[in-house]
Amino acid sequence: MGVEQKLGHLGVVTMTLEQAINWARSNSMWPMLFGLACCAIEMMSAQASNYDMSRFGMELMRASPRQSDLMIVAGRVSQKMAPVLRNLYDQMPDPKWVISMGDCASCGGVFNNYAIVQGVDEVVPVDVYVAGCPPRPEALIHGILTLHHKVHGEKLAKWS
Amino acid sequence: MDEKLKPAVSAMIDGLEATLIEFRDQISMVVAPEKIVEACRILHDNFHFDMLLDETAVDYWPQETPRFNIIYQVYSMKENLIIGLRTSLVGIHPHIQTIEGIYPNANWHEREIWDMFGIYFDGHSDLRRILMPHGWEGFPLRKDYPLGYEEVQFTFNSDEINLHKPYAKE
Amino acid sequence: MDGREQQDPLLDGMTHLVSSRALTGETMLLNMGPQHPSTHGVLRLLLELDGEIVVNCVPDIGFLHTGVEKNMEAKNYQKAEVMTDRLDYMNPIGNNLVYCLALEKLVDLDVPPRAQFLRVILTELTRVQSHLVWIGTSALDLAAMSVFLYSFREREMILDIFELVSGQRMMTTYIRPGGLWRDVPVEFEDAVRNVLKVMPGRIDEYESLLTKNPLFLDRTRKIGIISAEDCVRWGLTGPVIRATGVAYDLRKARPYSGYEQFDFDIPTHTDGDVYARYLVRVEEMRQSLSIIQQALDRLPTGPIRSNNRKFVPPPRSELGTSMEALIHHFKLWTEGFNAPKGSVYVAVESPRGELGVYLEGDGGPKPYRVHFRTPSFVNLQAMPLMSRGHFVADLVGIIGSIDVVLGDADR
Repeated sequence: MGVEQKLGHLGVVTMTLEQAINWARSNSMWPMLFGLACCAIEMMSAQASNYDMSRFGMELMRASPRQSDLMIVAGRVSQKMAPVLRNLYDQMPDPKWVISMGDCASCGGVFNNYAIVQGVDEVVPVDVYVAGCPPRPEALIHGILTLHHKVHGEKLAKWS
Repeated sequence: MDEKLKPAVSAMIDGLEATLIEFRDQISMVVAPEKIVEACRILHDNFHFDMLLDETAVDYWPQETPRFNIIYQVYSMKENLIIGLRTSLVGIHPHIQTIEGIYPNANWHEREIWDMFGIYFDGHSDLRRILMPHGWEGFPLRKDYPLGYEEVQFTFNSDEINLHKPYAKE
Repeated sequence: MDGREQQDPLLDGMTHLVSSRALTGETMLLNMGPQHPSTHGVLRLLLELDGEIVVNCVPDIGFLHTGVEKNMEAKNYQKAEVMTDRLDYMNPIGNNLVYCLALEKLVDLDVPPRAQFLRVILTELTRVQSHLVWIGTSALDLAAMSVFLYSFREREMILDIFELVSGQRMMTTYIRPGGLWRDVPVEFEDAVRNVLKVMPGRIDEYESLLTKNPLFLDRTRKIGIISAEDCVRWGLTGPVIRATGVAYDLRKARPYSGYEQFDFDIPTHTDGDVYARYLVRVEEMRQSLSIIQQALDRLPTGPIRSNNRKFVPPPRSELGTSMEALIHHFKLWTEGFNAPKGSVYVAVESPRGELGVYLEGDGGPKPYRVHFRTPSFVNLQAMPLMSRGHFVADLVGIIGSIDVVLGDADR
């Protein structure tokens, strides 16, 4: 933001289009309700009054995939749920991001067996992994801020 | 053993040739599989055992006879007593009569046993898979079904495991 | 609209459960799918609707099936306990408790009195915490959104106590075979007394928001009625059966872990509808606080875990001086302890109903068969009975009142 330091007192801000769009996208990301198991309770705790997530722009949790841009996969994904997950991911409009919350979504967690998909990145592409079983609400917020940081670095040329 | 259980236990031993197992103050009666419906009917009608608490199965592979045991826990609300019932089944695809007519909540318990062990219940109203997906092959809780675990990634084998892991495309 | 069954992907394998009116198109089939804001987890309901009225509702579970029972057969008794926390994730300490009680009965292990009292305090705190989440989410479904924020604020106080005691907010694995993992720190008593001081006023706040609220009464009275005979026939336990008038509570019927020494009531109600279950659970929260008060006042001093070194590892301070302690430590951490051949069935009262464990040992260090009789699995079976003839909007209230946790139902 070079020129605005000289013109700041005139009320003018300059920045590139990329920075403007990335800033708008990261500050009003709406998560989709995808709480599956125990991590969902910590996600609800993060949304509630003690560790408020609406400070970061995530005021509403949209139930409909058509109206959300962030999918927080919170909890273990079983073999029966995996096609449903992929279906919902496909229904979300671009731009979309995925946070894999917790150990079970990142790598299968404690459950290394026939019934659990070993890592949700076998089903959808993941942007940020948050570790913990379940991760504390502060850890989830750290993951979301990491995602915001990543979005700030996205380039115009990559969008189709 | 509780004194109040004695009438029910002796009715089962005399009428149905059941055997009694007592372990850690808990009663278990072993009945032949053909007589299980009659046993439940006697306990339900004559001795007020009106709630089925649990119905589950165990697999004793590689022992073939018997291979499976089905365990029922019935409870009497009035007298506050529990009796466990056990029957044994042989073979790879065994059949047994359903007790859904006496205890309606056996419906889902027996569906789960079918899903996990492959034991068929004759006379069940709706026997289909409940926990696994609709077209799953195999019966997971049998002892000859593999656990299906994925090898743990350490630094020395991380790269070769990553090659075979099915990551999702966009 | 004939031959609809071949074309309809909603009905895979379930054609015999819907009435013939659905197949001709007279009634509508609607999928209340696994991802839905009000189903409290991944539950799929196939609804057959005549306008807005539910003719039949078929629950389809299995979307959270984790294979815990098979996975526990591959681990030691001690290592398998970690998986029990994650079954009913609203009641992790209760799951640990039932598994440890079953294991202690199987191997005939004693538990010192201080450990029993502390187990009671933690289990009752878990019950209060679970009911707080229940009241927050079911009121949220019926559009009373502020109760959600208030109840989660109180829940943070209780989670702080769990973190003080074990280091983890939810999945503590604090209750171990023979007692507890380690003794509670000195700040525990003050923290619990603080909760006991603050909670009754907060429960009064929730009641003032909901109990006499005409909108809440309209949405919950005479909805989802089930009779006491149906409850017994279908094996429903917990607040559902207590709201029909039957005072069946495992803490009084088959007491465990020292509950017979405490003086508390079992709240019941006679209507059997959603409102009755709400009243029963709110009163249960107050009774839990009274039990915690009594246990804390009479807390004995003494050891926190059994002395039986065949099953309980020795304290680390002894390892430098005693040879037997070293051998026991080595054997327990490498091979684990062996359980005799035999089977037990032990049950406790979880916030949802009767949570039971059927544990069978075979002489080795791994459980041969462990089966959990979970209350949500059994309670969900009676959902069609409770929801026939009601509107779709009432269905949401009914699911909330049964208090289903899908991790419990699917294991």
